[in-house]
Amino acid sequence: MKKIINDPSQVVAEMVDGLVRSYPDIVELIPETEAVVRADSDTMEGKVGLISGGGSGHEPAHAGFVGKGMLSAAVCGQVFTSPTPDQIYEAIKAADHGKGVFMVVKNYSGDVMNFDMAKDLAEMDDIRVKSIVVDDDIAVENSLYTQGRRGVAGTILMHKILGAAADQGASLDEIAALAQAVLPHIKTIGVALNAATVPEVGKPGFELKEDEIEYGVGIHSEPGYRTEKIKPSNELCQELLGKLDSELHLSEDKSYAVLVNGMGATPLMEQYIFSHDLLNQLEEKGIKPDFMRVGNYMTSIDMAGLSLTILELADEAWLDYLRYPVKTIAWNN
Amino acid sequence: MDLALDQATKWLELFGDEIEKNKAYLSDLDTPIGDADHGFNMARGMEAVETSLAQKAPADLAGLFKQTAMALITKVGGASGPLYGTAFLEMSKQAAQTSELNSLLAAALAGIKKRGGAAAGDKTMVDVWEAVLPELAQGTLTDAKIDEAVEATKPLIAKKGRASYLGERSKGHIDPGAMSSGYLFKALLKAVA
Repeated sequence: MKKIINDPSQVVAEMVDGLVRSYPDIVELIPETEAVVRADSDTMEGKVGLISGGGSGHEPAHAGFVGKGMLSAAVCGQVFTSPTPDQIYEAIKAADHGKGVFMVVKNYSGDVMNFDMAKDLAEMDDIRVKSIVVDDDIAVENSLYTQGRRGVAGTILMHKILGAAADQGASLDEIAALAQAVLPHIKTIGVALNAATVPEVGKPGFELKEDEIEYGVGIHSEPGYRTEKIKPSNELCQELLGKLDSELHLSEDKSYAVLVNGMGATPLMEQYIFSHDLLNQLEEKGIKPDFMRVGNYMTSIDMAGLSLTILELADEAWLDYLRYPVKTIAWNN
Repeated sequence: MDLALDQATKWLELFGDEIEKNKAYLSDLDTPIGDADHGFNMARGMEAVETSLAQKAPADLAGLFKQTAMALITKVGGASGPLYGTAFLEMSKQAAQTSELNSLLAAALAGIKKRGGAAAGDKTMVDVWEAVLPELAQGTLTDAKIDEAVEATKPLIAKKGRASYLGERSKGHIDPGAMSSGYLFKALLKAVA
């Protein structure tokens, strides 16, 4: 293992400290936690708080998406491990400005349980809390840490849409309804070239041969659906787009947002090459996305590979939310 | 029967001792069908409960159970943290209305089932709680019956939690959460005797 770290047991604490001190105009640490809150929280009066979080190792998710127009706070658990309810509860309190708090949770058993428990704690203190569990990964139905489908990069589009709505003064119930409406239209699928190495473990989560790739690998190195020889970007794109097409039934009459997401160790050059293939293949179907982002949004430490998310913009307002001004570390419009 | 504050305090002390004594065994049970940390996590949690109660003596049952819940969810982690945390948090809420033992435990079990989504037969702590509560209510619960309920998880196929990923291979192992719940009820029997 070759990493720029100090003590493996201190990676999360040191990362969060580095992050908040590097961007003091955007985020600050919630005292005695590994959770961050907007530095401009004084401007959130009268608005619903929006929080997310989960295990660390997916940076910039989720702390990198805290800021005006997106998340109010984010909780950083240990690497690939759910944060505990007391930490989530502190984030809820920090994000609450009298209008309640909405939580975006990725579908992993630990995250779901711990965020639910935090909701119970908040409700004992009369803070209204609602939530959505994002399960956008179409690769497999059940997985090592999950009942049902996993939550992956599509979660970031959920953050963006809900964050814009919250900033424009949507109520907690309106945000909950919006989240429910958007969820079935977000689908993601990925491909991995090699696995992530968790610092405290010291070796990759699984082994692929030098010339092998695996489709559908999860963001914690959970097994995917097929291993085969590496192919040109154009053919990888065909596989991923084909899987998404069978879920979303892509049509030239519909509007789409697209996220090409790097897993951590894949250069932007390769992500843009993949985007070139993707846009060509979509064009052949008569589709030109109305919104697109390319880059590292939901990583898996040092995994090489990428994921493709397509969101069908079933409601025109969603596109406005995606384009709405935002100031965070990792997403700026 | 009503649970008195000193009985409940004694219950938690005895449970903590039992967990401390058996932490390696619990983690061993967790090795083939989980991630080998149940005993160590629970021991860390119960130590935090002890510290919390020593720092601030709770005024009533609700306070005792709330402090216990908070210490557990902060220190245990994994699924056991929120599950045991929920059990004590629900007892804390219930204690505001009644200190009747069966009613407190019924609230705890409902909370555990809601949190984890497990039902009887899924090879989890719920199997022990479901078997033990009616016996306790009838005044017929014994250590032997608790052991029996724990042992009964052995032939089951796990439907919830990490063990469920193993499917058939989870057969033949006692569920570690069922075992730690067994210790919880044995401690209770002793505390209210």
